[in-house]
Amino acid sequence: MSDFLLELRSEEIPARMQAGARAELEKLFRREMDAAGVTTGEITVWSTPRRLALIARGLPEATEAVSEELKGPPVGAPDQAIDGFCRKAGVDKASLETRDVKGRATYFAVKNVPGRATKNLLAEAIPAIIRDFSWPKSMRWGAASISTESLRWVRPLSGIVALLGDDVVECEVHGVTSGSVTLGHRFHHSGDITIGNADDYAMKLRAGHVIVDHEERQDLIRSGASRVASDAGLKLVEDEGLVIENAGLTEWPVPLLGRFEEDFLEVPPETIQLTARVNQKYFVCEDDKGELANAFICTANIEAEDGGARVVDGNRKVLAARLSDARFFWDVDRKKTLAQHAKGLERITFHEKLGTVADKVDRVAKLADWLVFDAKAPNGDHKLARQAAELSKADLVTEMVGEFPELQGLMGGYYAKAEGLPAEVSEAIRDHYKPVGANDEVPTAPTTVAVSLADKLDNLLSFFKIDILPTGSKDPFALRRAALGYLRLVQANNLKLSLDTVIHAWDGRPNTDLAEKLADFLLDRLAVQLRDEGVRHDYIQASRNWQGRPDMRVDRVEARARALADFLGTEDGANLLAGYKRAANILKKEDWHGAEGEIARTGEEDPLALVDDPDMKAVVEAKMAERHAKELSYDFEPAEKALMDALGKAEPAAAKAIESEDFSGAMAALASLRAPIDRFFDEVTVNADEENKRAHRLDLLADFRAAVHKVADFSRIEG
Amino acid sequence: MDRNPRKSFQDMILALHDFWSANGCLILQPYDMRMGAGTFHTATTLRALGPEPWNAAFVQPCRRPTDGRYGENPNRLQHYYQYQVILKPSPANIQDLYLESLRVIGIDPLKHDIRFVEDDWESPTLGAWGLGWEVWCDGMEVTQFTYFQQMGGFDCKPVAGELTYGLERLAMYIQGVDNVYDLDFNGRGVTYGDVFLENEKQMSKWNFEVADTDALFDLFNKAEAECRNALANEVPIAAYEQAIEASHIFNLLQARGVISVQERASYMGRVRDLARGSCEAYMEKEAPVWAEKYPEWSK
Repeated sequence: MSDFLLELRSEEIPARMQAGARAELEKLFRREMDAAGVTTGEITVWSTPRRLALIARGLPEATEAVSEELKGPPVGAPDQAIDGFCRKAGVDKASLETRDVKGRATYFAVKNVPGRATKNLLAEAIPAIIRDFSWPKSMRWGAASISTESLRWVRPLSGIVALLGDDVVECEVHGVTSGSVTLGHRFHHSGDITIGNADDYAMKLRAGHVIVDHEERQDLIRSGASRVASDAGLKLVEDEGLVIENAGLTEWPVPLLGRFEEDFLEVPPETIQLTARVNQKYFVCEDDKGELANAFICTANIEAEDGGARVVDGNRKVLAARLSDARFFWDVDRKKTLAQHAKGLERITFHEKLGTVADKVDRVAKLADWLVFDAKAPNGDHKLARQAAELSKADLVTEMVGEFPELQGLMGGYYAKAEGLPAEVSEAIRDHYKPVGANDEVPTAPTTVAVSLADKLDNLLSFFKIDILPTGSKDPFALRRAALGYLRLVQANNLKLSLDTVIHAWDGRPNTDLAEKLADFLLDRLAVQLRDEGVRHDYIQASRNWQGRPDMRVDRVEARARALADFLGTEDGANLLAGYKRAANILKKEDWHGAEGEIARTGEEDPLALVDDPDMKAVVEAKMAERHAKELSYDFEPAEKALMDALGKAEPAAAKAIESEDFSGAMAALASLRAPIDRFFDEVTVNADEENKRAHRLDLLADFRAAVHKVADFSRIEG
Repeated sequence: MDRNPRKSFQDMILALHDFWSANGCLILQPYDMRMGAGTFHTATTLRALGPEPWNAAFVQPCRRPTDGRYGENPNRLQHYYQYQVILKPSPANIQDLYLESLRVIGIDPLKHDIRFVEDDWESPTLGAWGLGWEVWCDGMEVTQFTYFQQMGGFDCKPVAGELTYGLERLAMYIQGVDNVYDLDFNGRGVTYGDVFLENEKQMSKWNFEVADTDALFDLFNKAEAECRNALANEVPIAAYEQAIEASHIFNLLQARGVISVQERASYMGRVRDLARGSCEAYMEKEAPVWAEKYPEWSK
C-alpha cells in the first residue's frame, strides 16, 4: 500500500474557481481509478492560488489480474462473423475456446488481463485528468499556442508533482514533465522544494511559507480578522464569502487592520461597506454601538518585514481613493433633486414593448395613488404615495447606483432625505423593492406598502399583458419574486384587494382575462408559499371560487384555505370529510342531483350557483315544497331527524359565517354536522325499499353536500 | 547621471525602458492619436495577430473623458499614461519578468503585498478577449496582465502576454504621495500638477460641458466613412486609425451625455464593425506571407 500525491501548479487560479476545481480534481481522479480498477482509500484535496493538490491514501502496488470471457458466434458461423469477433475481442482465431451453450457449440474468447502496476496506471491517468479537466474559463499560452490544439488550462500550467510512495510517477503533459520538485511562497521562499512523499508535502510547503490546506487558511483569516478587530476595540462584521475569497487569494494569509479618515463616514455606511467588500475584499468593523467604524481589515499574502505598516498604509490610500469616489458620487448626485434625476428615466427603456422606465413610473404612481385613495389599501395619504412612486426609480440614473447597482432604492431613500422630503416618502423610496428574498422584512408603513404593491402589480400586469410569463426555470423579469412580494405585502398588512378592481384602475377598463391570469399565477405562488405550513394546494383549490366565480381576492382564498387546513386537521374535520365523501359517492352512484339538480342542469360545475339566483328562488321553493309534501308522508327515523335538524341549524349558520368571511365560524358550523352524519350512516338505510323514503334520504344527503359546498368545494380535496 | 525611479516619474519610465529593452523588447514611442487605452496602439492590436514573434514596450497616453474630475480627485484623470509591454509568444517566465520589473522601479515584494487577482479582459470594440489578472500592490491595481486569446475576432496564434502598468498610480505608490498632482516629475521639484493640473481642469470642462456635440456627431460619421474608404482601398492600417478615431469621438459623446442607452449599443456596434473590419483586412493582407513562413500557423 502506498499514498499518492498529485500537485498541479499553475499561475494564479481565480479564487472563485478553486472550490469547483477541487471537486473536479477528485471526481476525475476517482473516475480514472475506477476505470483502472484501482481501489483507493481516503482522498484529500487542497487548493491555493498557485496549486491544486490531491492525496489518495492506501493505493495498492498493482491491480489484480482479471480474466475476461467474451461470448462469440456459434461454431460453424460464417468466417466473416468469426473474424469480426476476433478483431473486436483482440484475439487470434486459434486461441478461441469452444463451449456448450444450450446445446450449441459456441466460440469464446478468453482474455487474461494481467494486473498492472499502479504507478503505470497513474502515469496514464494524470494526463487524462489534465486533458479532461473542466474550468469555467480556460486559455492557451506560450509558443505552443501557435496551434489552437495546444493544452488549455485556467492559467498557464507550470508544474506537476506526482509521487506514489517515495517514487515519482513519470508522465508528461504538453511539455510539462512530472517530478518531485515544487515551489514555495512567491516571495517568502526562493528556490525549489523537493517533496519526499505525500506525508511531508504539507509540512515542506509550510516551511516554504505556503499553507496548502485551504480550510486552515480560512480559519486563520476568520480568527485573525476577529482578533485584530478586537485589539482595536471593535467588532468584526463577519462575512464568510470574504473569508473564502481571501483564502483563495493567499498562500500565507495575514489579516491587518487599518483606519480610514473619519470624515468618510458622512457618506452612507452601505456604500462604504460595499466599496470595501466588492472592490477591495476588505472586512469592515463596527463600534460598540453597532455603527460602522472607520476601520478596514485587509488580508495580506506576506509577513511583511515592518509588521505590515506599509501594506496597511497602501491599502488605506486605495480605500481613501475609492471612498472619495463614493463621496464624489454622493455630492454630485445631491446637486440635483430626485425629480430632476427622474427626468433621465425617459431615456431608459424598461422593455421594448413596454416603453421607458418613466412610463412605468407613471403607471406605478397612478396605481399607488388609487390604492390609497380609492381602495383604501393601505390607509394613508395618497398624495405622499404618488410622490414617492414618482421618485421611486430616480436613483437608477444617479452616479452612485450606476457604480453600485445593489444600492438601488437605498440611495434614493438617502437622497430624498437629504433634500428634505417627508420621511414617509424617503422610506417608501428606500423600501419599495422589499420584500426581496423569502426572509426579507415586509414593509408596513402605508406609503411604502402602496408604492411597493403598485410596483409589483405593475411588473406582473405589464408582462402578463404582453404574454410574458415565467416558464420552467426561466423568469428573467423576476415575476415569481414580484408575486411572492405581493402576497407577503397583502398578508402582513391584512389587505383585502380585489384584483378585478385593481386591474380596472391600472388599465382604465375591466379585463377579466388578465384578472384571472393574475389570480391563477398568484394562487400558484401562494400554494408554494403555504406548502411548508401544511396548507395543501388542494385546500387552495377547494377555496378558490367565491359565489360561483374565481375569487378575485387572494387574501380571502388564503384565509379560507387556512381555516380549511385547520379544520381538516381536527378529528371532527377528518370525519366530516369522510362523511362528505361517502355522501358524495352515494349521490354519484345514484346519479342524484337533489332539488337544485332538478331545477336546472346547466352544465355548470357548481349547480348551487343558480340557487342564489333571485329569479330562481321562487321556483326552487315551489319545487322543494312539492317534493317535501310527498316525502313527508312517513315517520323519520331518529338519526334521520337528527341530521335534518342539524342541517337546519348548520346550513344558515355556515352561510352567515361565510357571508361575513368568518371561515373558522363556518368550519365550526360544519363540525356540528359530524356526529349527525356519522349517526345517519350508522343507523339509516338510504336505499330504502319505499321510493319516498329513498328520495327523501338522498335529498337529505344532497342538502348535506350543498351545505358543505357553501363553505368550501370539498370535491377538490384529494386523498 | 544616476536615475532614481523612487523619486522621479520620468526616471521610473526610463527604468522600465531599460529593463524591457534589456529583456529583448523594442522600445517604441506613443501612437500619435487620442485613444482610450494602450491596447489600441497598432503595436498591440495588429501585432497580436499572426504568428510573428513580437516584443515591444512603450508609453501610451490614454484619454478617458468620463474619468475627468476637473483636477479635484487625487487619482482620477481624463488623461494619463499607460506603460505597455507586449510579448508574443508569452514567455514561460513572464510573471517572473514582470515581478523583476517591479523591483527595478523600487517595489520590494517583501514590504509590499503583491497579488494576482482574477480580472479577465474583454474589449467588444476590438472583438478581443483574454484571461489574466489585475496585479495588486497593497490593494491598488497597478497592472493589467492579460493573455490575449482573441483579437479582432481571430484566435491569437500564438498567444501574446500583455502588461499594462498604470504609471501614475505606480509612481504615487513608489513616491508615497496621496495626490497624483504632487508627484515629482523629474526629481528636481517639477510636479505632475505643474505639468498637467491646468490640462485636467480645462479638458474636463471641455469633455463634459463645452465640446460641440453636433460637430462630434459629424466627426464620428466622417471617421466611419473614411474607415470604409480605406478598407475599400486595401490600406487596413489607415482604416484602423479611423476606427481609433471613431472610438474616441464616441467616448467624448458619452462624456457629453448625449447618447441614450438605446443608442449606445448601436454606436458601440458601429465602432466594433470598423475595428473588426480593419483587423480582418489586415489579416487577409498578411495571411499568405505568414502561412508560407509558419506552416504550423495556417493549420
